[in-house]
Amino acid sequence: MNASSSSQEFFLGVRDELPILVGVFPFGMIYGILALSMGMDAASTQAMSAIIFAGSAQFMTVQLVGLTTPAAVMIITAFVINLRHALYSASVAPYVKHLNPAWKTSLAYLLTDEAYAVTITHYQQDGDLQHKHWYFLGSGLALWTSWQLSTAVGVFLGAQVPASWGLEFTLALTFIALVVPQIKDRPSLLSALTAGAVALLAAGLPYRLSLLTAALAGITVGLWSEKR
Amino acid sequence: MTTNIWFVMAVIGVLTFLTRLSFIALAGRWDAPPLFRSALRFVPVAVLTAIILPELVMPGGSLDISLTNARLLAGLIAIFVAWRTKNTVLTIVIGMAAFWIFQIIVK
Repeated sequence: MNASSSSQEFFLGVRDELPILVGVFPFGMIYGILALSMGMDAASTQAMSAIIFAGSAQFMTVQLVGLTTPAAVMIITAFVINLRHALYSASVAPYVKHLNPAWKTSLAYLLTDEAYAVTITHYQQDGDLQHKHWYFLGSGLALWTSWQLSTAVGVFLGAQVPASWGLEFTLALTFIALVVPQIKDRPSLLSALTAGAVALLAAGLPYRLSLLTAALAGITVGLWSEKR
Repeated sequence: MTTNIWFVMAVIGVLTFLTRLSFIALAGRWDAPPLFRSALRFVPVAVLTAIILPELVMPGGSLDISLTNARLLAGLIAIFVAWRTKNTVLTIVIGMAAFWIFQIIVK
């Protein structure tokens, strides 16, 4: 193993992740603030960022905590929101096939939207595959560190941020930024429109079960549209 | 809090990790059925849209499609910015600025 190209790849991964961290840091702070306002304590708020380590699922989970939702519904909802990571897993799998189980396990833990975005771009570029997992590790750890720190800052600021600022609206905005570029053909457009319409029609269901109903309807219509 | 948050957190954490590990661990040993792979493509689009739309048109729990709904107006601007620029930070910053401005105007 060539130590210098390993560390070069690692710091290249860290560097490429930095612009994304500008958006992630406020997101993590808002998560911390929101979690406390939903009645969670500081320890569980911070631990969730390490144990779940997925922003959108954490936002949804703390909202459901606020609604005193049954555990099973919270678990299924978070699972469905995080199912997109299976897509990332399938996408990076060919590039990490040669690594040992410890590497695969570590990289899987670090496989977030933001680390995936820069890592898959790097993998798809030409170059020696031998050290590219260090790039993955660098971008993943940069994001991980920033997520833990921003959560801590949010917990520290806590109740000092007034509710009238409407900071929870950044969640919808973040999702808009993630979704819109993915709607690039007819099946994905129909899938989104169906999911959105069903979410509104089913809004009366308890514990945000409308989300699961809408997601299933959207996926079904997307598949149907693709098959035609 | 009626449910034990630590238990819920642990289960979600394990499931999330296993989801991320799934294809990485299975690479070369098992291929997912084509239908499953096709379905995965629609998961983010369907799930995230189902979260976004009620946030925009049902603030406070009831349907509000009017010019006094600051979230809807700011959301439409954010959708436009995301579509034209594909830039996450820009979408959030402009969307949030629009939300605050509309809130002041509406009041």
